Amino acid sequence: MVKLKINQKEYSVDASPDMPLLWALRDVLGLTGTKFGCGMAQCGACTVHLDREAVRSCVTLVSRAVGKEVTTIEGLSADPTNYLQKAWLEVDVPQCGYCQSGQIMSAAVLLRENPNPTDEDIDTAMSGNICRCGTYPRIRKAIHLAAQMQREGGKVQ
Amino acid sequence: MSQITNTSRRNFLKTGAVLGSGLLISFTVPGAKKLGGAGSAMLGPQSGAAFAPNAYLHITADNQILVYLAHSEMGQGIWTTLSMLIAEELDVDVKKMVVQHGDAWKPYHHTSFGMQITGGSSTTWSEFDRYRKAGATARTLLVAAAAKKFGVSPSECKTADGVVTAGTNSATYGELASEAAALPAPGDVPLRDAKDWKYIGKSVKRLDTPAKINGTAKFGMDVQFPGMLTAAVLHAPVFGAKVKSVDAAKAKAIPGVKQVVQIPTGVAVLADNYWAAKKGCTALKVDWDLGSGVQVDSSSMTAQYKELAKKPGATAAKAGDVDSAMAKAVKTIEAEYTFPYLAHAPMEPLNVTIELNNGKCEIWCGTQMPGIDQEAAAKVLGLKPEQVRVNTVFLGGGFGRRGTPASDFVREAAEIIKASGKPLVKMVWAREDDVRGGFYRPAFLHNVKVGLNADGMPIAWKHTIVGQSIMDGTFFASMIKDGIDNASVEGVSDSPYLYAIPDRLVSLHSPKNEVPVLWWRSVGHTHTAMAMEATIDELAHAAGKDPLVYRQQLLKDHPRHLAALNLVAEKANWGKPLPEGRFRGIAVHESFLSFVAQVVEISLNTDGTIKVHKVINAIDCGLAVNPDGVKAQIESGINYGVSAALLGEITLEKGRVQQGNFNDYVVSRMFDTPAEIEVHIVDSSNKMGGVGEPGVPPVAPAIANAYFAATGKRLRDLPFNKAILKA
Repeated sequence: MVKLKINQKEYSVDASPDMPLLWALRDVLGLTGTKFGCGMAQCGACTVHLDREAVRSCVTLVSRAVGKEVTTIEGLSADPTNYLQKAWLEVDVPQCGYCQSGQIMSAAVLLRENPNPTDEDIDTAMSGNICRCGTYPRIRKAIHLAAQMQREGGKVQ
Repeated sequence: MSQITNTSRRNFLKTGAVLGSGLLISFTVPGAKKLGGAGSAMLGPQSGAAFAPNAYLHITADNQILVYLAHSEMGQGIWTTLSMLIAEELDVDVKKMVVQHGDAWKPYHHTSFGMQITGGSSTTWSEFDRYRKAGATARTLLVAAAAKKFGVSPSECKTADGVVTAGTNSATYGELASEAAALPAPGDVPLRDAKDWKYIGKSVKRLDTPAKINGTAKFGMDVQFPGMLTAAVLHAPVFGAKVKSVDAAKAKAIPGVKQVVQIPTGVAVLADNYWAAKKGCTALKVDWDLGSGVQVDSSSMTAQYKELAKKPGATAAKAGDVDSAMAKAVKTIEAEYTFPYLAHAPMEPLNVTIELNNGKCEIWCGTQMPGIDQEAAAKVLGLKPEQVRVNTVFLGGGFGRRGTPASDFVREAAEIIKASGKPLVKMVWAREDDVRGGFYRPAFLHNVKVGLNADGMPIAWKHTIVGQSIMDGTFFASMIKDGIDNASVEGVSDSPYLYAIPDRLVSLHSPKNEVPVLWWRSVGHTHTAMAMEATIDELAHAAGKDPLVYRQQLLKDHPRHLAALNLVAEKANWGKPLPEGRFRGIAVHESFLSFVAQVVEISLNTDGTIKVHKVINAIDCGLAVNPDGVKAQIESGINYGVSAALLGEITLEKGRVQQGNFNDYVVSRMFDTPAEIEVHIVDSSNKMGGVGEPGVPPVAPAIANAYFAATGKRLRDLPFNKAILKA
């Protein structure tokens, strides 16, 4: 049994220590908002936060998450100070939607570290997240909008 | 420990689907057990309190408006568009509608294609009447029920936002549902005039966005049931190879691994979770009989295709005497284009969950052809199709890959459950299984020779195409006529440029090999648009004419091409100077009944490769039902096109696919996407066309033409950035 803290909740997880966090979240705990896309940290669909830093959970061993705070898309959605999803709705970003959890988790770290990102900052910070539907222009627009909302306390519409 | 065990089987698809906004996106029919599901004959007016005037709509006594989709939502936005069509006639708030995929069922057959299929960029135009009529029929019955209840004539009743009113009387649709269900179905119902449309033609936000941004949207990958085993598959290293022997001892020793089974396509490891199953696959020792597939090699294939192109193949289009006309030409231009295999690589790796119990099978997966999959699974399992229920869940991308006539992935899951004897298995492919799994856009070669007259206009066009047939060997093979698979030549044989040339010949060679091929977003147009539009550009320069003007002259009798071309030229300021280091290219192409013109703006990176900055797009798709949805699809197509034009290729060496994951099968990322994409929709009352695919074809030639503007060099081998670095 591995003890994990995920989205402010304690879990005792029946997982071998070499199991990637992704599969503990998805297959053992049923937290399926975090997606499997490549299994080798190439696509970013599995992005979660480990102590507020973005990690690719498909290559992060579950043992590495012990004693740390894990946040998944389910946890981020419950955070009222997060404007990303509001911006995503406003811009109507998703198409197939499969990569969007990971996109939003990466964008959340970007906006925390850089509340006013340029297009180039976004290109760099989001380069690890693939979207085959090509929603990139809308993701970029939504990140700018969320940044604006964040700066102005969510009053922007 | 696990929420999964607390989740009842049937409730799986409902859990997590209740959204904060009050919008409910439900995947199962509430009370589906009682009704027997959407595919059951029980679903209809006889179902008592519920009112289901047709297979597409169901109004419950508690006033839920349920929409059943005959097509699959794979990102293209039909979850919203088809709901808009019903809402328009039914007078309900589209945001309050509850949407779900229909079962594999005859009423959901495509209105033109005769089978249940999502493809050919056809959902909106093919359902435009059927879904509006579904709404209008229901409204007529609800009004009749209200009139009876209120003691007034139907003409005194008004409908708005799910309520019928007459004077001081009012009733919700839910309150009228059971009475409406008892009334005889009306005959042909009138549809609203365009001037009265509330939704159609206006941008409506996607109904599936809330669930897709908070992790609650359920894809096939997210299907989980208690007691389910997960299967990973070790596939053959070469197409067509067969298992000779398996040593599974080490795999079976891995904690969590429950069973190892041999199936026709490889060896499957069943385990408690995917990680254990995948580790099991890695531990397998398999001896393969590789077969003839080892001979497939990309470089020798290109040489073979070049050789084939030297002589004409089966005739796809012919007029006059092309060789005599060519001999009279003042100038001739010859060009050869090559296109690699391409994987679709949808973000969600292929997966299927399958249950087999007492002669009944149930499948959950993201599929573009549920009916074909139903038949395929039934065949493997020795069942009748009606003993197999297919539940379509959100597709994490399709692009054609989730619609295989061979039902390759559903068949594989059926083989696994059959071989294992287990009741419930979820098969999950790794990314490598997807990238190396075949069903690619076929590799193609085009040889084009054009003769010009003294005015620089084409008088003879000889075009030879070489590439595998997609239809060959499938149940679509009957569509191959006189050796021509139209999916190999569409966009050339029916090109408007060719119609104007009296002496022309388009011919096709369809060599065979072991690599499975499939339609890939925009199918034949993925290569034909490049061959045509890059060649036309070359002719324009040979004639000393502006590429836009040259096209306008050649397309003078094709108003929809012209409309798109003229609009894009205006929006892109064609002919006006650009900032230093920026170069433009233009292309126009018709596909899937829509007409798309694009102007791209590029610069060159320090290593000489291409950076696309801007794509201005104009489309005439007839009526744009949801304009922002049209824009989203074109943006998407442009990005898919940029990936293919600059980056993507699948190559084989000794039968082995050389790429495996996104590190070597390179697709566009945020920094590859054009910083500016503009989509302009031609105000058009012409016949409706598709939008999912038509954004892709013009991208590659527009980029190649811009590269010529930048360097004076023609790019004829894809992907371009590789060709540039190799040169």
